[in-house]
Amino acid sequence: MAQFSEEKLQKVNEIIARYPQGKQKSALIPVLHLAQEQFDGWLSAETMDYVASLLQLTSIEVYEVATFYSMFNLKPVGKYIFEVCHTGPCMLNGSDNIVDYIKNKLGISVGETTPDGMFTLKTVECLGACGYAPMMQLGKFYREHLTPAKVDAIIDECRKAQGN
Amino acid sequence: MSEEKKLFKVKIDNITVEVEPGTTILNAARQIGGEVVPPAMCYYSKLQGSGGKCRTCLVKVSKGSDADPRPMPKLVASCRTTVMDGMEVANITSPEVLDARKGVVEFLLLNHPLDCPICDQAGECDLQNLSYEHGADATRYEFKRRTFDKIDIGDKIQLHMTRCILCYRCVFTADQLTNKREHGILGRGDVSEISTYIHKNLDNDFIGNVIDVCPVGALTDKTFRFKNRVWFLKPVDAHCKCDKCSGKVALWMRGNEVFRVTARKDKYGEVEEFICDTCRFDRKDVKDWVIEGPRNIDRHSVISQGHYVGVQQPKETFKAVMDGRDPKLLMDIHAVSEVNRPDVDLSKIEGPAHSNDFDKKQ
Amino acid sequence: MGRKLLLDKAHIEGIRYYKTYRENGGYAAAEKVFKTMKPDEVTEEVKKSGLRGRGGAGFPTGLKWSFLAKPEGVPRYLVCNADESEPGTFKDRYLMEFLPHLLIEGLLISSYALGANTTYIYIRGEYAWIPDILEEAIRDAKAAGWLGKNIQGSGFDLEIYVQRGAGAYICGEETALLESLEGKRGTPRIKPPFPAVKGLYQCPTVVNNVETLATVVPIINIGGEEYAKYGTGKSTGTKLISACGNINKPGVYEIEMNISVEEFIYSEEYCGGIPNGKRLKACIPGGSSVPIVPANLLLTTAKGEKRMMTYESLSDGGFQTGTMMGSGGFIVLDEDQCVVRHTLTLARFYHHESCGQCSPCREGTGWMEKVLKNIENGKGKMSDIDLLWDIQRRIEGNTICPLGDAAAWPVAAAIRHFRDEFEWHVNNPSEALTRNFGLAHYADPLPVPAPAAV
Repeated sequence: MAQFSEEKLQKVNEIIARYPQGKQKSALIPVLHLAQEQFDGWLSAETMDYVASLLQLTSIEVYEVATFYSMFNLKPVGKYIFEVCHTGPCMLNGSDNIVDYIKNKLGISVGETTPDGMFTLKTVECLGACGYAPMMQLGKFYREHLTPAKVDAIIDECRKAQGN
Repeated sequence: MSEEKKLFKVKIDNITVEVEPGTTILNAARQIGGEVVPPAMCYYSKLQGSGGKCRTCLVKVSKGSDADPRPMPKLVASCRTTVMDGMEVANITSPEVLDARKGVVEFLLLNHPLDCPICDQAGECDLQNLSYEHGADATRYEFKRRTFDKIDIGDKIQLHMTRCILCYRCVFTADQLTNKREHGILGRGDVSEISTYIHKNLDNDFIGNVIDVCPVGALTDKTFRFKNRVWFLKPVDAHCKCDKCSGKVALWMRGNEVFRVTARKDKYGEVEEFICDTCRFDRKDVKDWVIEGPRNIDRHSVISQGHYVGVQQPKETFKAVMDGRDPKLLMDIHAVSEVNRPDVDLSKIEGPAHSNDFDKKQ
Repeated sequence: MGRKLLLDKAHIEGIRYYKTYRENGGYAAAEKVFKTMKPDEVTEEVKKSGLRGRGGAGFPTGLKWSFLAKPEGVPRYLVCNADESEPGTFKDRYLMEFLPHLLIEGLLISSYALGANTTYIYIRGEYAWIPDILEEAIRDAKAAGWLGKNIQGSGFDLEIYVQRGAGAYICGEETALLESLEGKRGTPRIKPPFPAVKGLYQCPTVVNNVETLATVVPIINIGGEEYAKYGTGKSTGTKLISACGNINKPGVYEIEMNISVEEFIYSEEYCGGIPNGKRLKACIPGGSSVPIVPANLLLTTAKGEKRMMTYESLSDGGFQTGTMMGSGGFIVLDEDQCVVRHTLTLARFYHHESCGQCSPCREGTGWMEKVLKNIENGKGKMSDIDLLWDIQRRIEGNTICPLGDAAAWPVAAAIRHFRDEFEWHVNNPSEALTRNFGLAHYADPLPVPAPAAV
């Protein structure tokens, strides 16, 4: 059974306190972010049911919200998710080449995860970094002005972080 | 302060009506009735918060009110726009509205499977009626239509997501009639779907009402599935003593057999009173009910076929329909058609008949 | 050098932190407000400044504030819209990352003016590191007595919270944002009621863009009348422009609304021209949803006047020959870019971001993407171009929220101005896969109609 750590539970309470009494549903999206962080980067039905119980919501209310927003993963994902933007301004600066390069390099298609469970490749719509294109989101941060060499360095960096 | 409520005067397609403040344009039009009533696929007067989504009821407000006569800049959803005193609205008198409505019908049908021949809703389907009245005769969509993974939501209600137009009525129904909603809208955009996410039986005393509010064949009665066509059945008003609901229903019968039980619907397809699942699914014996009499069905509905009331049958034949020839009232079909072969005795054929058996050379 | 009001101190090392911000004149506006101004006087200054909403619609901010209902005993809310997601726009991110206290100060003054004791910053989920920056700024401001109870002895209380979204462009629409903030699916509400009457938790609410709220600070500092002297006509003040695409120096620029589009693209102070000596083909000057215009119509209006970076000049000529200021997302396409392909990526974007609530947008956006994909991939028919036109025409204006319009306009403008490029794709399907249509006549000077004889 999924369960938050004490520290996370305290964070949940802190979040709930931001809203007026009885409006704890407002905490749903922030708490789903916490849950996704804690439980392997994705939201299982079990995890969502747990969040529902924490916030005194019905399960369907949580499913409805979790499936609406593109940042919530509803299936298992790799340890590192390459979310490459391919909307207009990034396209003008060669994002398609970057996507192709990552595909070849990792031997996966868009939406797939490498067999070792390390990398997932996704294409995403505009992330608000149009002036620093091409770019991708990796975890919490953006990686901008991508080139094949930069992609190589990022992949090495991830592998090293797992190696130690 | 005067107790008397001031009524608002509204003109819809040049017909004036006086309505209470707070009335929507759609409901004002319904007070006039007839052709000026905009079609509504998602609005449902008995469900709070419904409406505004399908955009079939768009109308043009050519004059905002007496106080502010400016027209509204865009077409508005008549089901969610309240009237103002002196407002002037154009529905069927506005080519712009009719064109937009045609567009909406095309959008609604874009991914619809058009599987009416195998759909239980056929004959009482709002989308069928809407397309008939406002649709084009061919689609311009050349791509694969959207499909969904099939899910089972229990032994009473059948979900066909491909037919759904996302009116949200069933969600409001579950919210407002049952104590716990188990299904909802999942996903976003054109892949949104009605679902329970993890498969669950919808099980609640009033959940069956989602079948009646569904404007299309997305939610149908599993206990009636493929049993009969609605136009072969005779709807009668009936009631019973029920401790959960009013017990006032419509029975859909053939002979003495009750094929299905639904709530009674008004001329806009809305139920008069919601009924409970026991009445709907479990009382299928005519003895359970006190029959009040036949229901009035719109003369134009396919359900009325064969039940014409007050229609005069012609006594004479019309020559004109047969190029001036005398019609033969009794005719030997084999004299004019070679398709059938009365000389082939089916009982003498071993096994099921095959097209070879009708081969002329034999 | 153009005059700056927002980014004038952006270059100062450490301006992100409270101490440096304060030492460089930060919170002076807030001080002035608490010492000398009543809430209504703040609103009055904002009205005088002529400030228009910087999120895209350009609605006068002071007027919006004055619509806020003020029933007794009902809380009011200010919500800062930081759900910046319009392709081509990344200015709010810059403000929040580098000048968080400018936003906090703006929120403080605006909340005071509106009588809101709780203010939420709704930030797009992908800007995952920025809430930390904002929360640190909120903590420091609170420690310095700028937030919390009885601020500066004024009796005014304020708490500011940061709320992260989770990936949905539609939450930039104010009522969808409020739904999302209430923990629901981000589907726009059907209006009326408007947020000013029934907004967050059914209470009166004002939703304003990050840049709009930050701009309140210089308005108070220099006064509304002085602010209105910046810029041109009804386009008062300065505006942040996020410049991207094929330019030498992409980035966020603060411009005074009195320079020409040509100066903005080619001067060293701003975009620095187009890389590799390429020529300008087209531009979307206000974020992806505003109409794309070819080079010739971008630099001069149909009347033959120089096009300026103002709300009025950019929209001169309407949608026939003009475009819009929008959110200031300035996307430049050089001669090697394919307008069909670019339009396809935008159609894909709007299809992906449609909430699915109303039928024209839900069904129409995906249809446009599919037809465009066929044209781009050499499978298009001539009739597809008219079909696209018809689809966008039937989406525009018929949806619940402006996303439908935003999806329709780029397609409409691309066909309106670049129809021959679409036709070339249809007529030369295999060639279109290997090369682009090029600049063609899109930069040719347009004949200017002779002034009518009087």
